[in-house]
Amino acid sequence: MNVDILLLALVDGLSYAGLLFLVALGLTLIFGVMGILNVAHGALYACGGYTAATFISWATGLGLASPPLLVAGLFLAALLVGLVLGFVLEVGLLRQVQDKDPILQLLVTFGAFLILEDVQSLIWGSAPYSASEVVTQLGTIELFGITYTTYQLLLIPLIALLVYALLQYFLRHTRIGKQIIAVTHNAEVATALGIHSSRIRLVTFVVAAMLGALGGALAAPTTSIVPGVGTDMIVLSFSVVATAGLGQITGALIAAVLIGLARSLAVYTVPELEVVVPYIIMVIVLLIRPYGLFTVAQARKI
Amino acid sequence: MVSKNTAKVFVAFAALLSTLVFAQAQSNKPTSLKIGITTFLSGPASVFGVPAKAAAELWIDEFNAAGGIDGVKLAPVFIDEGLGGDKFLSEYRRVAQEPGDKVMLSAISSGNCNTVVPVAEDLKVLDIMWDCGTEKILEERRYKYAIRTQANAVTEMVAAVVYLLKVKPDFKTIAVVNQDYAWGRDSWEIFRNTLLAFKPDTKVLAELFPKFGAVDFSTEITRLQALKPDVILSTGWGGDLDTFVRQASQRGLMKTSQLVLPLAESSLERLGPSLPDGVIIGARGDHYFLHPETKNEPKHKGFVEKFRAKTNSYPIYPVYHMVAALEGLVAGYNAAIKKNPGQWPTTDQVAEAMHGLELRGLTRPVKIREDGQGLEDQLLGVTKKTPEYPFPVFDKMMLVPAELVTTPVGQKSQDWVKTLKPELLNDPRLKMLGEGK
Repeated sequence: MNVDILLLALVDGLSYAGLLFLVALGLTLIFGVMGILNVAHGALYACGGYTAATFISWATGLGLASPPLLVAGLFLAALLVGLVLGFVLEVGLLRQVQDKDPILQLLVTFGAFLILEDVQSLIWGSAPYSASEVVTQLGTIELFGITYTTYQLLLIPLIALLVYALLQYFLRHTRIGKQIIAVTHNAEVATALGIHSSRIRLVTFVVAAMLGALGGALAAPTTSIVPGVGTDMIVLSFSVVATAGLGQITGALIAAVLIGLARSLAVYTVPELEVVVPYIIMVIVLLIRPYGLFTVAQARKI
Repeated sequence: MVSKNTAKVFVAFAALLSTLVFAQAQSNKPTSLKIGITTFLSGPASVFGVPAKAAAELWIDEFNAAGGIDGVKLAPVFIDEGLGGDKFLSEYRRVAQEPGDKVMLSAISSGNCNTVVPVAEDLKVLDIMWDCGTEKILEERRYKYAIRTQANAVTEMVAAVVYLLKVKPDFKTIAVVNQDYAWGRDSWEIFRNTLLAFKPDTKVLAELFPKFGAVDFSTEITRLQALKPDVILSTGWGGDLDTFVRQASQRGLMKTSQLVLPLAESSLERLGPSLPDGVIIGARGDHYFLHPETKNEPKHKGFVEKFRAKTNSYPIYPVYHMVAALEGLVAGYNAAIKKNPGQWPTTDQVAEAMHGLELRGLTRPVKIREDGQGLEDQLLGVTKKTPEYPFPVFDKMMLVPAELVTTPVGQKSQDWVKTLKPELLNDPRLKMLGEGK
């Protein structure tokens, strides 16, 4: 029985971790490059979810219900939202407060988050939205006598891993990726060496915005996108990022899996603790390693 | 010594004063009656609050166009319950303490009713509880100015247990998945105690309380699939219920367990085909746009059409609760006016007239008891897909009479439900509609 529980919790935890990782990835990327804790990331998640739900209901309305098309619809929604909102937020807002106090930058992103929440309720109202057609089309899989949806069991973890691999390749083996890493290490020196750092910041922010929106878009088929959905996600993904260490990409992956598994184990053993488990983990980690699990010792800046 | 003139002035002044006081007691007819309505305009519960606001506007506009109460127009002021806590309370106080005649309609959240009802009592302002479910408020204290124009959680939960036992008498195990907040916990407490009173051998396999606003129930569903309870109860609502039902249906949970969803009427249209046939659903009252007795009444039918034209969706239970509260308010004023013909009634007179009143919204009449609690019959049924609507409708409907399933005046619900006997289930008033034709 105990091994069974462990296995079941493992499967549930991984799917959850997949979504959590995508959102946390965007958050940690922005922090790495820009040094900003972007609270508006939660709004990107919500907007991605709403837009995806709208796209899917259009597509099914037009009779375009084949699984690859629907999944493509989710990605399209994320790309669009990330591109538009990412661009507007970076150029219109963050660039203006680039050299200001980090607390001020935090407040500015928080303000943007609140404004975007109201924009969402202007556009989509207060009713819950969903895109369940995608999950229905992809069918179910039997595992240990339990029925799982293919979407949650395979597709989400697969997409999360794929995004992780692509991002690693992009950062290590492309020109822009290498420039991003350089700016992460030291923006001033990178600029002195001829890297157009404001362009790098824009690219990073838009990519990160797409990741946040992708998290929302991929959540839309299984959950209900309601007002306030972004708040929960930003808090939870912050706990992932803080556990991993700000700016750590592989760390975010491991921390997301850790938190996902701990959460589903909690539902089996002590359901009362489900909500606080991520934060308990975060607190324990931060008590032992104040900069997160995976932060390497920093070279001293004089 | 007082001169004659001064004495005259005194007498005149006293006479003037007495007419003033007299006029006050007579309570002149105001130009408008302010209605302070608390409802959720933000946050997750706006799935109830926004349609209810639309219903209030629609109803009040028509009512005012038809002349109002004895020529007095209703002037609604909406207060957002989403503000929460202190801010909500101060908004409520602001409206309740404004000069002039007013009535308050509170609230969707039971917590908010608990907060404002004692305040209204202190301010001597009539407060009509139009949607909140907590039964405790009217059981713990006698209020002069608080009325509930709808059922409470006990009526709703006991009716759900009764219906479940009528439809599916032979089950042995149950599990619950409720939202982790007051309503989720309290409703399960009532449901469990009632069920155990009727059927003491029932085994509770799991009590799951995912957090309020949970976005994923995968783990809960996996666990339920492993436990295979005969019955699964969820009193969840809004986005939480939608997500749970959708994920459960995608993974075939309804094939192994009978789902009981007492609030699902409010999610039917959104869930559409995600909700399979055979799920037990309720409506927190007998509210339903296809109500078996009133669906063809011009008043009900006309309202459904106008509501659809305004909001593009079918009315759900908070809409009916809102209409019932407004109808109740008007009935209260009319009854008070009847008692003192030709005079505009005081708040005290209206509050008194509302106790013992029978009001009629769009469905069956609601009787207000002497403790202010409304007796509202409960509609339950089983989902069934039909070609006429893109979402399931109620089948195998039963209207459970409120007096059978409501705690009697003066008793505490937590004790009363434990005294329920299985014989209640044989009451001749409990029958499926269409039965015995």
